[in-house]
Amino acid sequence: MPNFFYQVNFYLFGLIAIGSAIAFVTRRSPVAAALWLVNTMFCLAVLYVMLEAQFIGVIQVLVYAGAIMVVFLFVVMLLNLGEPSEIADIRGKWGKLVAALLGIVLLAQVAALSGKRMPEPFIPGTGYDAQAVRDLGAVGSVAQPLFNEYLLAFELTSILLLVAIVGAVVIGRRRQIDAR
Amino acid sequence: MLAESLALSAVLFSIGAIGVLTRRNAIVIFMCVELMLNAVNLTFVALSKVYGMAGQVFVIFVMTVAAAEAAVGLAIIIAIFRHKQTVNLENINLLKG
Amino acid sequence: MLLQEATRGVHPLSGSIAEWVWLIPLLPFLGFLINGWLSITSAAHVGPKDPSAAGHDAAGHGDDHGHDSGGGAHGDDHHPVVRHKYAGLVSIVGPAVLLLSFGLTLAIFMAMLGVSREAPFVRTLFSWIPAGDLHVDAALQVDPLSMVMTLVVTGVGTLIHLFSVGYMQDDPGYPRYFAYLNLFVSFMLVLVLGASYPVLFVGWEGVGLCSYLLIGFWFTDKANADAGKKAFIVNRIGDFGFLVAMFLMFANFGALDFLGVSAAAPGAGFNSPLVTTICLFLFLGCAGKSAQIPLYVWLPDAMAGPTPVSALIHAATMVTAGVYLIARSAFLFSLAPVAQLTVAFVGGLTALFAATIGLKQWDIKKVLAYSTVSQLGYMFVGVGVGAYTAGVFHLVTHAFFKALLFLGSGSVIFAMHRAYHATHNHDDAQDMRNMGGLRRYMPVTFILMWIATLAIAGIPVFAGFFSKDEILGAVFARAHESTLAQVSWLGIPGSALLFIIYAMGLTAALLTAIYMTRMMLYTFHGPNRSGEKEQSHLAEAPWVMTGPLVVLGVLSLFGGWLNLPALLPVGPIGVLDHWLEPVVGTATNAVTGGAAEVAHGTEWALIGAAVAIAVAGILIAIVRLKPERLVPKAQAPEEHGIERVLLNKYYVDELYDRVVVRPTVWISRNVLATGVDEGIIDKLLVTWVGTGIPRLFGWFGSRLQSGQVGTYAWVLLIGVIAVLGAFTLR
Repeated sequence: MPNFFYQVNFYLFGLIAIGSAIAFVTRRSPVAAALWLVNTMFCLAVLYVMLEAQFIGVIQVLVYAGAIMVVFLFVVMLLNLGEPSEIADIRGKWGKLVAALLGIVLLAQVAALSGKRMPEPFIPGTGYDAQAVRDLGAVGSVAQPLFNEYLLAFELTSILLLVAIVGAVVIGRRRQIDAR
Repeated sequence: MLAESLALSAVLFSIGAIGVLTRRNAIVIFMCVELMLNAVNLTFVALSKVYGMAGQVFVIFVMTVAAAEAAVGLAIIIAIFRHKQTVNLENINLLKG
Repeated sequence: MLLQEATRGVHPLSGSIAEWVWLIPLLPFLGFLINGWLSITSAAHVGPKDPSAAGHDAAGHGDDHGHDSGGGAHGDDHHPVVRHKYAGLVSIVGPAVLLLSFGLTLAIFMAMLGVSREAPFVRTLFSWIPAGDLHVDAALQVDPLSMVMTLVVTGVGTLIHLFSVGYMQDDPGYPRYFAYLNLFVSFMLVLVLGASYPVLFVGWEGVGLCSYLLIGFWFTDKANADAGKKAFIVNRIGDFGFLVAMFLMFANFGALDFLGVSAAAPGAGFNSPLVTTICLFLFLGCAGKSAQIPLYVWLPDAMAGPTPVSALIHAATMVTAGVYLIARSAFLFSLAPVAQLTVAFVGGLTALFAATIGLKQWDIKKVLAYSTVSQLGYMFVGVGVGAYTAGVFHLVTHAFFKALLFLGSGSVIFAMHRAYHATHNHDDAQDMRNMGGLRRYMPVTFILMWIATLAIAGIPVFAGFFSKDEILGAVFARAHESTLAQVSWLGIPGSALLFIIYAMGLTAALLTAIYMTRMMLYTFHGPNRSGEKEQSHLAEAPWVMTGPLVVLGVLSLFGGWLNLPALLPVGPIGVLDHWLEPVVGTATNAVTGGAAEVAHGTEWALIGAAVAIAVAGILIAIVRLKPERLVPKAQAPEEHGIERVLLNKYYVDELYDRVVVRPTVWISRNVLATGVDEGIIDKLLVTWVGTGIPRLFGWFGSRLQSGQVGTYAWVLLIGVIAVLGAFTLR
């Protein structure tokens, strides 16, 4: 079993993540929601590090919290949506109720499924990833499979990004017809 | 801690799903989808302890896809906003054939 | 599979020229592609514009009307002969590919001579049907039996291709003809070389297709097209049997390749219902392809095709595929004595039945057609009583002399037609009543045809004598001591049935001698009945046609040396017996129980009886038939009594028409067409169900398509929950 301090930290950041996520879906203001989501992502980054995926944790902060969420905020500000909009952003009472019910059912099902075949207990410092980190370092342990077994997929994602860039530019461009 | 990680992942995923269902603002719905992706990433990372480093490699791919999706999706939202002056999905039914 | 791999690994032929066996069927296929391409590209220029001009005016096409159509109906005969513009190229490509195949076959044959032939050499090309337990390779098998068949097919095939160059080259469809002919040979080679039943079946169906195409080669004449369809449809009945046999084999033995089935078959047990059923269904297939009772009716009609086609497909090779199949499946048949007796009895009955019809036909090709049916019956008697070598031996000699007879008749028809064409006579060029005395005009054909006639009649020294005698001797021997003699067939003791078959065989031999002599007398002897003017135009065919005839004549003379009986003091004894021993030896021994053949004294007596009967048949024909008294077809009197029945082939076609064809047509028209198709399918299914349900779904579906992403997300999540629920509850 991991030590007490580790467990406390794990639960602490897990609960913060859940709390931030709940806050994220309930805030009316898009900017507030986005900031709560950033908070969730930071917590997840901490958990990644604790799960001995240090590289992923760093990427989480850099790419998700740092880049993707900033893009979201940019768009919110660009479209001037910072204020809670007058029209109902959140569905009514029945909508919330049914959605919550569905969420709980989903959760119960996931729990029931995962409870069926849970892998062996977790001990920090053991397992594939810990071994890989010891052998190759935090970055190397991810890079090794990425550039060997998954090289083709990696190259394909670069094409995906290129297409996404071109697509975003083309779609987001102000057209002649809009200017008129 | 593996069980807890997976449970946390399930909870975050469900919260994200509820968000997708209850919100009407396209940008917020987008962010909820990002939360769901994050929940899946947590599962990948947690299980990479048991099944090997492929899980973490997949997290990288998921992030890449999420970035591409955010770029294109937000561009679409901007285009729609220019056209309709709203991002409320109730008022957008372009998918109707 | 394992067995195959094992035999491949150590086989002495691996690495030799036998690895190239796949080229043997591929070469004629290339010929098909080239000739077919020439045919298609030039179709626009010389296609049959006017049916009468295309089908009737090329001097060489041989006017193959069915006898019934009366042989009139020529178009305007004043068209000049226009050769196809690629005729020269086709004349080279068509026979050349076959010659190359023949050369390759000879090379492989030579390679086989020096090595052990106990196990077959299987050349696996690729995995053809890998579907669960069913695994079929596209594989070819080189063993003594397939080599004999390949040599016959390519050898006789080459000769007939050469003959065709002379016979067909003035036909407007010349490239098409050679394309079909090459394709036929290609499929026939797949048939005889295939290493499994499915591969064999590919060839089996392929030759059926080519047979159909070539019977209906002059398709502008409806009778010819109908004959093609008849052959195709009758063959489907047989193919049904073949398919069921394959299904049964796969279901019970788990294999379809010859090695696998032969390894698994003994497990089913001797005389077990399973093996008997499989063999009977296989025989149904053989009866269709090889024209045995009750499916023989297509072969006489198949004479509507060009005469070289009749020689190649409907005498020498394709129709013997059934005999080959039974010899190939010897390991199965020797386990099923009841099925063997069925094969032998049907063979004997067919031999006798067809011979009687042959007695009274006037169309020279019809005589030969019934003769072929009859001789095929002999082969089935041979393979039926477990004398597989004798059956294959008769197959080979028959290929020689019957090809010779057909090509000879083709040469006669060619000459007759040319004479009629030159004098604008519209009479039937195939009717023997219009011939007579041709020996003066066509001496080479005359001599060679007599050689073939003596061979088929069973006169000693000629090829047919040895093979026919071997079959009859085997039947006689089996009646005394074999597994067949011990079982009973429909209540008849096996030994008694075998004596009956023997008697039928002897009677058929007598009739064979009679009708063949009759054909020769009416065609070549007596006065000429074709007319004054026509006589001056009768002449021998060109060398490209007589050349193959001479080669076949030599083969008909000496073909018997392939398998001389042991009691002769001279010559190589039992060459074919020895050669085929690895393939059919075990099966033959299983039938005979290892017992020796009949004593030499008895054998001499049997031979004496057979020769006496053959000579008697010829003498009867010479004494009784007077070609001088015969009148041309146009003035021929009405036939009466039994002669009329024979002339009309026992009215079997009419019987099939009443019993099978008309009821089928009636049901199709009145029940299936108006009731099922128009009533149920058109009205109920198409009109009501077909338009109602789509409308309902369309209305419902259009409600779902709100265009609201939020709604879609809800539906999506409910779907996810449903799927996960299915997992959870499992």
